[in-house]
Amino acid sequence: MVSLQPAGSAHDTGHELIRFENVSKSFELSDRTVRAVENVNLSVAKGEFVVLVGPSGCGKSTLLNMAAGLFHPTNGEVYYAGKRVDGYNLKTGYMTQNDHLLPWRDVVGNISTPLEIRGLAKGAREARVEQLIDLVGLQGFERSYPSQLSGGMRKRTALARLLAYDPETLLLDEPFAALDAQLRLNMQIELLRISRSLNKTILFVTHDLDEAVALSDRSVVFSPRPGHIRHIADTPLPRDRNLTALRHDPLYTKMTAELWDLIMPTLNETRGEAS
Amino acid sequence: MSNADIGYVPASDEMVAQDRKRRMDKARRARIRERIKLNVIRVLMVGGFFALWEIVSGRLIAPFFISAPSAIFRRLGGWIWSGDIFYHMGITATEACAGLLLGSIFGIVVGTILGRRPFLAKLLDPIITTFYSLPKVALAPLFILWIGIGIDMKITFTATIVFFLVFLNTYTGVRNVSRELISILYLMGANEMQVLRRVVLPSAITWVFAGLRISVPYSLIGAIVGELMASNKGLGALLVRAQGEFDTAGVFAALVAIMALAVVFNTAVRVLERRLMPWKSLEQGHESAV
Ligand SMILES: Nc1ncnc2c1ncn2[C@@H]1O[C@H](COP(=O)(O)OP(=O)(O)O)[C@@H](O)[C@H]1O
Ligand SMILES: [Mg+2]
Repeated sequence: MVSLQPAGSAHDTGHELIRFENVSKSFELSDRTVRAVENVNLSVAKGEFVVLVGPSGCGKSTLLNMAAGLFHPTNGEVYYAGKRVDGYNLKTGYMTQNDHLLPWRDVVGNISTPLEIRGLAKGAREARVEQLIDLVGLQGFERSYPSQLSGGMRKRTALARLLAYDPETLLLDEPFAALDAQLRLNMQIELLRISRSLNKTILFVTHDLDEAVALSDRSVVFSPRPGHIRHIADTPLPRDRNLTALRHDPLYTKMTAELWDLIMPTLNETRGEAS
Repeated sequence: MSNADIGYVPASDEMVAQDRKRRMDKARRARIRERIKLNVIRVLMVGGFFALWEIVSGRLIAPFFISAPSAIFRRLGGWIWSGDIFYHMGITATEACAGLLLGSIFGIVVGTILGRRPFLAKLLDPIITTFYSLPKVALAPLFILWIGIGIDMKITFTATIVFFLVFLNTYTGVRNVSRELISILYLMGANEMQVLRRVVLPSAITWVFAGLRISVPYSLIGAIVGELMASNKGLGALLVRAQGEFDTAGVFAALVAIMALAVVFNTAVRVLERRLMPWKSLEQGHESAV
């Protein structure tokens, strides 16, 4: 059963880590003002896996940017661990929608960048990078530059780089969008395993409802722009779940169907708009 | 909606990569064929031009004006035999090289600093623009007064010309670095130096090299103009001497030597470019796809 709760209610995973408090953000363009998000109230507990879903352009990426401290809200505040986010939030690792790899570094160079920044010794760095390359299945492409990789491989490199620096909170913006079904499932399983075993807090953006239900503890459904929270739905699946068997789980199919009904009308409203 | 929902299974990454490699190999063979064809046509064109020149000289136009390829090559041969040409080329090359090096180092450093410090850049903008619009050749007399007519004057002069070219390009390059990439690095906890080394400089290097490439001919201009004005050694001096003796073949021979130097310099910059930006040559060999 899908339980709909009022926005901002706490979750039982742990104590609150991120809080969006009456957050609005608008962009001043030369000829008009774009209101990206409006009055968002959301509280994310430590260790929680929260998925943001909504039509493109509703401000999901904007919310992640504010959590990372790259944007400042126009109104309201974002709090992280009780403190106002002001400037780069170093507790977060951000995998942006465009992978933003360094074009002048090969796969190994990109993944080891955060390790170099942290001052890890060369040997330790190489060992860790090799592990991560295995994890994301990029063996054989260690010396390829981003321009030589497919979209999916670039995403996997970006994910490995993110995991390399092991931040407390992961901000993931449509990380698996460019992957084929098989690989996506593998990465989802891996991400879920990592998030549980290392107790990571995750804000995950997707517009794939199946993915939202499969991964989330809670799904936050946004309205079209200006994005505000339409519903927050607890996922009725156990935290310890088997992603390969979900398709046959009636709870899972029921929740995806309900999310679909929530999203469907908004999809129609924004048909034809690019993200 | 997931891909699975609409029954679409995209090709795997490895298949895509292999296919791309096959297409790149094919494209490389086509490029080699084209290069051979181009070179053959070029040799024929240049050979034809020299033949025409040789025929016209002394028949339609007096050798005093155009000399003749045979006379020019004899003169060059004589200079090579005596070793004169290497001495003068060496002087000019030293001046141009040192000027290029000094000017570009200062250009890169100042361009990077101003690129990362918008306030400073705004403050200095009108001053720099004013100096930039000054024809640098006009500074030569001042440098002669200050430094004299030795090799160091030519180096300073060349460095000044090169500085502005490299500085402006570096500055533009640094200003154009992706702000997102910089943010990503800061989010990883990087400090300013780490951001500079890993993002700003590699990103700006394309621009720096654009500046270096246009600086090569200018560095030779600097060295040779300096020699034309005040010197008894270097290719510029050789040029002045030949002109003073009404030795047209000598003037042409000196020009050939200058061109040879320019080709060597250009090649050096290109090799350096490929060495320092391995990801660039890959991108160029890349077929564009949408
Ligand atoms: N840096 C920016 N400058 C101007 N407008 C922006 C910027 N970032 C996002 N926007 C606008 O804000 C709206 C929400 O964008 P975004 O957060 O990327 O949506 P989503 O990720 O949900 O697709 C869009 O209309 C977009 O054009
Ligand atoms: Mg987005």
